Order: sequence, then C-alpha cells, then structure tokens
Amino acid sequence: MHELAITQNIVEIATQHANGARVRRLTLEIGQLTAVMADSVRFCFDVCAQGTPLEGASLEIIEPPGIGQCRLCSNQLELDQPFGICDCGSMQIDIVQGEELTIKEMETEALCV
Amino acid sequence: MCITCGCSDDAQPTYTRPDSQNGHVHPHRHPHSHSHTHVLADGTTITHDHPTHPNHSHSHPSADPAGLVVPVPPNYPVTPASTSPIQSPSPAATHAHAHGTTLTLEQNLLAKNDSIAGQNRSWLGERGITALNLVSSPGAGKTTLLVKTIEDLKGAIPITVIEGDQETAHDAERIAATGCSAIQVNTGTGCHLEAAMVKRGLDILNPPNHSLVMIENVGNLVCPALFDLGEKAKVAILSVTEGEDKPIKYPHMFRASRVMVLTKIDLLPYINFDVQRCLDYARQVNPNLTLFQVSATTGEGLQDWYDWLRSL
Repeated sequence: MHELAITQNIVEIATQHANGARVRRLTLEIGQLTAVMADSVRFCFDVCAQGTPLEGASLEIIEPPGIGQCRLCSNQLELDQPFGICDCGSMQIDIVQGEELTIKEMETEALCV
Repeated sequence: MCITCGCSDDAQPTYTRPDSQNGHVHPHRHPHSHSHTHVLADGTTITHDHPTHPNHSHSHPSADPAGLVVPVPPNYPVTPASTSPIQSPSPAATHAHAHGTTLTLEQNLLAKNDSIAGQNRSWLGERGITALNLVSSPGAGKTTLLVKTIEDLKGAIPITVIEGDQETAHDAERIAATGCSAIQVNTGTGCHLEAAMVKRGLDILNPPNHSLVMIENVGNLVCPALFDLGEKAKVAILSVTEGEDKPIKYPHMFRASRVMVLTKIDLLPYINFDVQRCLDYARQVNPNLTLFQVSATTGEGLQDWYDWLRSL
C-alpha cells in the first residue's frame, strides 16, 4: 500500500543526492516496529528505480529489531510488536529501537577525471 | 506517475466543495482537455493543462535535508537484496567501480511529509485552530459521529470538515447538509491523506479562527498512522461490530492516536462484543489513550466526547 509511495520517495531523495552519478548501492534502515514492510519496499524498488540513476543498484535494508524500555523500572525488553508488558507488570513502554525509517547511505560511481 | 504521492495519472487528489456555488473545485479527471490546478507535496500549487498530452510529468523540489539521525545499533541482520541482472560490464563501469563514493545521508523517509505537516501545525496554531485527524476502518461510523457532533455543538464550537475518501463526495455532502463548511479530498488510488493534501484543503476551506477542523481520513487502519497531517491529535474510531481485538491487530494506529472512540454501542445487545476486553487491548497498546464509548444514534456517551472537544 504505502510502501510504493515511500519507495518512490526513497528513489527521489537518492537521485537528488547522487547529483547525476550512478548509484551502486543504497542502504536503508527500516525498523521492525514500523508499519513499513521491508519486503514490499524491495519488491517496489526495482520498478521505481527504472530510468533513474538507481537502476541496477543493490538495495540493502537493515532491519533493527524492536527494543522497549519500561518507564517505571527502566528495564529493557525485546518487542515484536509496538507494545508490550514489562516483567514488573508495567505497560508504559517507550520504544527505543525498531522505529527507524531512514536512508542511511549510498555508494555512487565517482566521475573519473 | 507523481514520485512523491505515488499517484498515477488516474490518482491525482481532487478537491470538491459541496457547499460552494459551483459545487466543486476540481470535479473531473484528467482525460479532459482543460487547465487545472493541483498541489505538489511541498504545498506548491501548479496550474497546467493537458490538451493533447495526458501523460504529463513534473518534478518536486528538494526534500528537507534535515533527517532523523538514529544511532547505529550493532548485531542485527543486514539483508542485501535485489541486485539487478542488468549490471553494466563495460570497462568504463569497471573503472568507475574503483572510484566509488559513499555518502552518508541519514535522511528520514517521511521528512517531506513531516515538514509540510509542521507548516500546517504552525498555520493552524497562528489562527488558534485545533485540527483532529479521525482515523478508522471503513464503515466504523466516522461520518455519522461527525454529523451528530456538528448538529449538537452547532453554535458552541465552529466546526469545519476535510473529508478524505478514495472516491465520491458523498461524505462531504452529508456534512454540508448540516450547514457545516466541508471539502472533499478524493485520493484516487491513494490509501491515506498526506500533509500536502490537508494544506491544500485548508487553503480552500479557510476555516475561521479559533475553530475546530475535523479531518476525516481515508478508512484504513494501517497507512494513516504513518502520515502526520499537522493535527493536534489522532482520534481512532472503532465500532463494536468490528471485533474487540482491533487495537492489537492494528497496534500502530492505536498507538499513534491520543483518543479512541468506541461507536455503535447501541448495538451491543445484539452482538458478541466484550467491551472490557476491547478497552484492555486498547490500553495494552497505548496506556495513555483517552477512551469514549458512544452511540451517535441514541446519543449515549456523547456528552463526554463533547466535553473533551470543548476542552481542546
């Protein structure tokens, strides 16, 4: 659903930063607690990259797993959903990892003089 | 295809104003030969026509380079994928490989939408206007609750409405029938409202100062959770006919919301719905949720909802 729009956004942002150079590799970070499916982004990427400097680029997606921190006891716990219950019984969990949604870096072909 | 919103030629958002003299702002789709206006994701309005070239293209200005910087945690998998088979084997490409440059970007994928949402929030704040983003699955009763709310609070709080649906202006017409000013945004194939659509909607709607703007999002419990529109709060609406486990089935939406309104409670005697279990699930996903239980048909529970709206 929204992954197509987001992938198009990714290609647009990378194209702007590539400044005319071909992109060889693009690295994204999509946390496991976001509502964005990495597999869907992969599926959309080749289509969206066609005719852009990203065509043929390899796509790496880092998928940080969810980690929450209890507000009451500061204990950290693994999360596979964007909510959870701490061992102390608290449901006041702040998500400290797993909501990342960024383009981390990309590798372009340098224009050789 | 528009690279920001993902809409195709057939999916440009359209804006319809049922209470205006001519009845619409952009009533028909592109195969027409006419000039028209639409809004880019950064809020820029572009007017152009398509006499003979329906497959137009346009570019979007650069996104806000300020990204969300996230520390890199170690120890989790990096999955390489989708290397295209059409890698160029030419000597030039091989040579260029030796000169690869790595750029660190750390840019938030939603930075552009968030930036426009921030502009909307400032625009609303300067005018003392409060906006609420109403989200639910299709058929939960958003429009019915809105119509009832507008009728009951008429005179107490000035309310205007931005209606989001994929197609038709039915909902805006229902709102307009109450005498309330409303605009319909049709997203075409789009599954959610984005900040740029709301910005354009606000420009057309021109809500009065110190009023309440209700933004009724496209019926969808997934995508709208991701897109900030500039609202003060998201209000998730859940009807008792949907099943009590919706909050844990769609946790992103209920976590992103500040309020949950359980609607259609007049139907509880006829269905198998455990209210307490539903509220427990909702609090499990989001312990800070403010919860209301209402029936727009009988009026039960509406007073609490109205009191909350007055307190905004």
